Amino acid sequence: MTLALTATAGAPPWRARGSGWVAAVALIALLPAAPVASLALTSLQGSWESWPNLIRYVLPDAALQSVALLVGVGVFVAAVGCGAAWLVTAYEFPGRRALSWLLLLPLAIPTYVVAYAYLDLTHPLGPIQGAIRWMLGYHSPREFRLPDIRGMTGCILLLGLVLYPYVYLAVRATFLGQSGALVEAARTLGVSRSGVFWRVALPLARPAVALGVSLALMEALNDVGASEFLGVKTVTLSVYSTWVTRSDLPGAAQIALAMLILVVGLVAIERWGRRRQRFAAGARSARPFAARRLTGWKAAMALALGALPVLFGFALPAGHIANEAWKRLSFAGFSGPILSEIGNTVMVSAAATVIVVALGAVAAYAARLKPLGASKLLARVSTIGYAIPGTVVVIGLLAPIGAIDGAIASTGSMFGVATGLALVGSGAALTLAYAVRFLAIGVGGAEAGLARVPLTLDGAARTLGDGPGGAFLRVHLPLAKGSIAAAALLVFVDVMKELPATLLIRPLNFETLATHLYAEAARGTYEDGAIAALIIVAVGILPVILLSRIGEGVRRTSESSATLAKTR
Amino acid sequence: MPIPRRAASFVIAGLMAACCATAARADVNLYTTREPGLIKPLLDAFEDKTGVKVNTVFMKDGLAERVLAEGANSPADVLMMVDFGNLVDLKEKGVTQAISSAILDESIPSQLRDKDGHWFALSVRARVLYAAKDLDLKSFKYEQLSDPKWKGKVCIRSGQHPYNTALIADYIAHHGAEKAEAWLKGVKANLGRKAAGGDRDVAKDILGGICDIGIGNSYYVGLMRSPKAPPEQQEWGKAIKVVLPTFENGGTQVNVSGAAIAKNSPNKADAVKLLEYLVSDDEQAIYAKGNYEYPVKPGAKPDPLIAELGTLTPDKTPLAAIAAHRKEASQLVDKVGFDQ
Repeated sequence: MTLALTATAGAPPWRARGSGWVAAVALIALLPAAPVASLALTSLQGSWESWPNLIRYVLPDAALQSVALLVGVGVFVAAVGCGAAWLVTAYEFPGRRALSWLLLLPLAIPTYVVAYAYLDLTHPLGPIQGAIRWMLGYHSPREFRLPDIRGMTGCILLLGLVLYPYVYLAVRATFLGQSGALVEAARTLGVSRSGVFWRVALPLARPAVALGVSLALMEALNDVGASEFLGVKTVTLSVYSTWVTRSDLPGAAQIALAMLILVVGLVAIERWGRRRQRFAAGARSARPFAARRLTGWKAAMALALGALPVLFGFALPAGHIANEAWKRLSFAGFSGPILSEIGNTVMVSAAATVIVVALGAVAAYAARLKPLGASKLLARVSTIGYAIPGTVVVIGLLAPIGAIDGAIASTGSMFGVATGLALVGSGAALTLAYAVRFLAIGVGGAEAGLARVPLTLDGAARTLGDGPGGAFLRVHLPLAKGSIAAAALLVFVDVMKELPATLLIRPLNFETLATHLYAEAARGTYEDGAIAALIIVAVGILPVILLSRIGEGVRRTSESSATLAKTR
Repeated sequence: MPIPRRAASFVIAGLMAACCATAARADVNLYTTREPGLIKPLLDAFEDKTGVKVNTVFMKDGLAERVLAEGANSPADVLMMVDFGNLVDLKEKGVTQAISSAILDESIPSQLRDKDGHWFALSVRARVLYAAKDLDLKSFKYEQLSDPKWKGKVCIRSGQHPYNTALIADYIAHHGAEKAEAWLKGVKANLGRKAAGGDRDVAKDILGGICDIGIGNSYYVGLMRSPKAPPEQQEWGKAIKVVLPTFENGGTQVNVSGAAIAKNSPNKADAVKLLEYLVSDDEQAIYAKGNYEYPVKPGAKPDPLIAELGTLTPDKTPLAAIAAHRKEASQLVDKVGFDQ
C-alpha cells in the first residue's frame, strides 16, 4: 500500500506481462471515477456566487467543527482500538476469548441508531437521569437535570464508541501476526512489557493503525445521521444544506469535491510519511508471542477494562433498542412486510459483497503485479468512493447510470423490446452504488492479505508454469483468503447499514430494513423502527462473530503471517 | 467459484423483474418523500376503489435529481413531497408537467396550487407553538420568540430544516431581511439546547425541563395525543399546550404537502385520477383523521384533536412569494450561526 518503494532495481521479467490486469483495474477504477467526474461536471455548471457567503459564515466554523470531530474521534478510536487489541493479544485472562469477539459488536449497530438510543437514554426523561433523580430524591426534571449530550463532546464519544472496531480489527490482526521472536529480542534487550507495546508492537502496526483510523475517520466525516441528531455542523452538513435547502446542487458538488481533495491529500501525506518504512519480518520465523497470563485482581481489571467499550458501544444502545422493540411488539404487534425486508436486505448485501470483494481482489492483485505502474495508482483511485458522503456519491452516479439506462432502452426499442430502466429498475444500480461506496474495503482487505504472501512465491508459481491468473487462483487467493473474508464481512455489514444510496436509487416497492427504519425515524416514530433496528443488529452480529473467528484462525495457523500487512 | 454466479443471477433476476414491472401498465408509480406509513392508507383506499395498483418508492433527498437522470424512460407518474419550496423546485427543475383538472381546481384553493397547474397541495400543516402546560400564555406572535424573557427556554429543530427555512422566509416576507436577521439572532440567543432533532423532541424536551416553549408542526400534536400513540409520547403530548401563533401583521405560518405529475409520466390518465382522488372527501378525511393534517378542501373538517387547538387563520403571503425568500433564509441561518 505504500507508494513508490525502492524496488526500482528492475522488476523480475515475470512481472512484465499481464497488461490485461491493468485494463481490468482501469475498468474497476472507472466505477468510482464516474460519479466523481460527473460531480465535477455538475460543479462547473454552477455559479460561484455562494462562495463568499460560505467562506464568510459557514466554512470556517464547519471546518473547525469537522477538524475537532476528526481529531477527537481519531484519538479516541486509535486509543481504544489499539489498547483493546493489545489487551486481548498480549494477555491471557478469563473471558479473553469472548472479549476478543465482543469487542467487534459495535460494528453491527448503525451510528444513527446508537445516536438515537443515547439521546433517549441520557434524556432527562430517560432511565439514567431518572435513576439519579430517584437516588437524590428529586421528583421532576425541572428540579434537577444533567447537561444535554447534544454537542461536540457527545458526538465524538458516540462516534468513537461505534467506530473503534475498525482500528481494533486491523491492529489485532497485525498483533496476532507479529513474530514472537521480535518481542523476545526486545525483552532480552531489557525492554519492559509496556515498552514492547510502545517500541515494537505499535510501530510495526502503524500501517494497520493508519488503515483502521482512516476508515473510521471517513465514516465519521461522512456521517450525517449522528451529527444531525446531535447538532454538530460539519462540512458534510453544509454540503447538504447547500444542496437540499438552497437547491444548489452545483454548489454542493463544489464543496464536496473540495472536501474530497483535502481527504485524498491527508491520506497521501500519511502514506508519504511512511514511504521508506517496511513492515516485514522473515517468512520462516513466524511464531506468535506468548501471551502473559494474568490472575486475581489483575485479571478482573483486564476483563473490566476490555468490557467497557463493549458495554458503551454495544450493550447499552442495543439493550435499549431491544427494550423499545419489546414494548412496541406488545403494544402494536409484528408488521408483516418486515420478513420481505429482511430478505431484500440480505440479498442486496450479499450481491454487493460478492462484487466488491471480487473487484477488490482483482484491483489489489493487479497492483501487486505492476507495483510501480499505472495499476497501483488505479487501485488507489478505486477507493475514493469511501471518502465522499454517501448521498453525494449517489447523486454523482445518477447521471452515468441514467445515461446507460437510456442507451439500453433505445437499443431495446430498436428491437421492439421495452426494457424500462434496466439498471435502476432491477436494483443493479443499487448494487453498483454499493460497489463504488465500499470498494475501498475490498481493495484494502485484499491488499492486506496479498501483502502476507512473500514475493518469492509469485516467482515460484510462475516458474512452475502458472500464468498471473493461475498463480492468483492457486497461490494468492488461498493464502490471502482470511483477510479477504474479513473484508467481505465488513462490506456485508456496512451495506446492510447503508442508508443514503439505498434510499435514493432502489427500485419501486423495494424496502430494506434500513429504509424501513429511516421511514419510521422520519415520521418521528423511532419506536416503530426499533424492531427493524433490532433486526439489523441481530443480522449484523452473525458476520461480526464470523469476522472474529477469522482473527482467531490467524492466531492458530500463523504460518505465513510473519510477513506483516503491507510488505510492499 | 460459485459466488459470482449467484451475484450474476441476482442481476439477471432483477433485469427480468424490471421488464415485467414495466409490462404491467395498469399501475401508477409514485415517487415520494412522504413517509410510507403516512400515505399508505390513502393509496390502499385508491387501490380498493379503482383497482389501480400504486407502486411506491420512498426517498429522502434527490427525488428531482433521480427523475431528471431517468429522463424520458422514467417510470415516475406522480411526485409527492412535503414543503412548498420542494414543490416549487420540482417545477423549476423541469420534471413536472402542467395539467388542467376541474376537480383539482375546484377542490384546492388557488393559493395552494401552482398557477400553471404544475403542482397541487393536498394537505396543510401549521407551524405552531408548543408551550409548557403551566405557562400563562393565551396568544403568541412569532416575533416574540426573540424576546429575551425566553432566554435559555426555547427549543427548535435545525434552522436549515425546510419547515424552519419556510418560517424564516415568511418572516423575511413580512419584515424584510434586516429585521429577520435581528430576530433570528434573538431566537438563537434564547435556545435552550442545540437546534437539532425533530419537532416531537420539542415536546419531549419541554416535559424533560430543558425548555419552556418551542416550535413544531401542528400534526405532531395529534400524533402524540392520539390514543394510538405509544404511552410515553402521549405523555409528551399532554405535557404541552398549543398556541397557534401569528405574525404581528399576518396569520399563522402554514406549509403544505403536495404532488405533481411527472413530465414523462407513462400512465398520466391514472396518475391524474390518483391526484383527483386524493382531494375527494374520503381521502381528505384520511389526511385529517389519520395524519392530523388540515385538509385543503374547503369545508373538510380537521380531526377533533386538531380542531381543539383553535381556529387556524393561515398567513396570507402567497406560498410562491415565501419560496422566493427561501435561499436568503437559509443563508441567514448560516450567517447568525443558528445551528452552531
